[in-house]
Amino acid sequence: MLMQRTTYADGARRAWPLAVAVGGFGLTYGVLARQAGFSELQTILFSLVTFAGSAQFAAVSIVGDGGTAVAAVAAALLLNARYLPIGLSIAPWLTGRPLTRAAQGQVTVDESWAVSHLGGGRYDPRLLVGAGVSIYVAWVLCSTVGVLAGSVLGNPETLGLDAAFPALFLALLAGQVRQRRLLLAALAGGAVALAMVPLVPPGVPIVAASVVCLAGLRTPREPGAVEPARLVEARP
Amino acid sequence: MSTAWIVVLGAGAGTVLLKGLAPATLGGRALPRRLTGVMALLGPALLAALIVTNTFASGRELTVDPRAAGLAAALVAVALRAPVLVVILAAASTAGGLRAVT
Repeated sequence: MLMQRTTYADGARRAWPLAVAVGGFGLTYGVLARQAGFSELQTILFSLVTFAGSAQFAAVSIVGDGGTAVAAVAAALLLNARYLPIGLSIAPWLTGRPLTRAAQGQVTVDESWAVSHLGGGRYDPRLLVGAGVSIYVAWVLCSTVGVLAGSVLGNPETLGLDAAFPALFLALLAGQVRQRRLLLAALAGGAVALAMVPLVPPGVPIVAASVVCLAGLRTPREPGAVEPARLVEARP
Repeated sequence: MSTAWIVVLGAGAGTVLLKGLAPATLGGRALPRRLTGVMALLGPALLAALIVTNTFASGRELTVDPRAAGLAAALVAVALRAPVLVVILAAASTAGGLRAVT
């Protein structure tokens, strides 16, 4: 089974509505970080290095509420712990030197990861990088705009921007649950996370939901699945 | 060093590691089939977890607030096969509008 060859531009094209949405969050993040007492430089540097919206929001809000640095870093890293298994899922499909592959890992966010998913656990690195870089540029640019224009924008909750986050993830999820067992995994993951919210600190419920995918150990081989090694050989 | 600097540098360095570790060490190598089965379920499970926590969690409390109305609007938009941007705008305008009138 030979795949149609995709380009970085394909990734960017598929990502642009997401990049616009992420840009909106970047704007919000820039505003909130400044309100929480982060300097202009710290706010923009955080976006440049970390590139993970929900983790940055969590860390900034904890500091803004008077939380300790340790609590803020722990929350951010717990929220980002999913990038370890996400990295595992894309690793087989990446080529090049270790540093190149690590760089491809850096532009991996939920959105670019979802865009590059071809189904059945297969990922397209060109879609991943094309989408990831587009979203990264939008994230950093709009964080900067948020920092600069912060006082003009007002309260982001008034604009309903907090409700845009789950809507974005819902739209991504809708594109993924094409099979019954994937839908079941989503329902189970949501249920686990919801049940954990009162019991553990913010961020942990999302990590806890990943236990659901252990059910995949019993998955029979999918008819359409292609081994990564064969896919790489098939490329010109 | 100030709290903000510890957060920016600590969370930043940790995230770079989390994102880069597996790609750097395991690139181009096929995962065992059973692990691929596990990975296929990871996306839906984590996305659903992100949806419910971003909608119903406020710290460690479960709440139903305008975000839930926003999610309902997003569900309708998804069911109507609306583009992603429309889904997001539906949710934001619903939640924002509800806050404006209450």
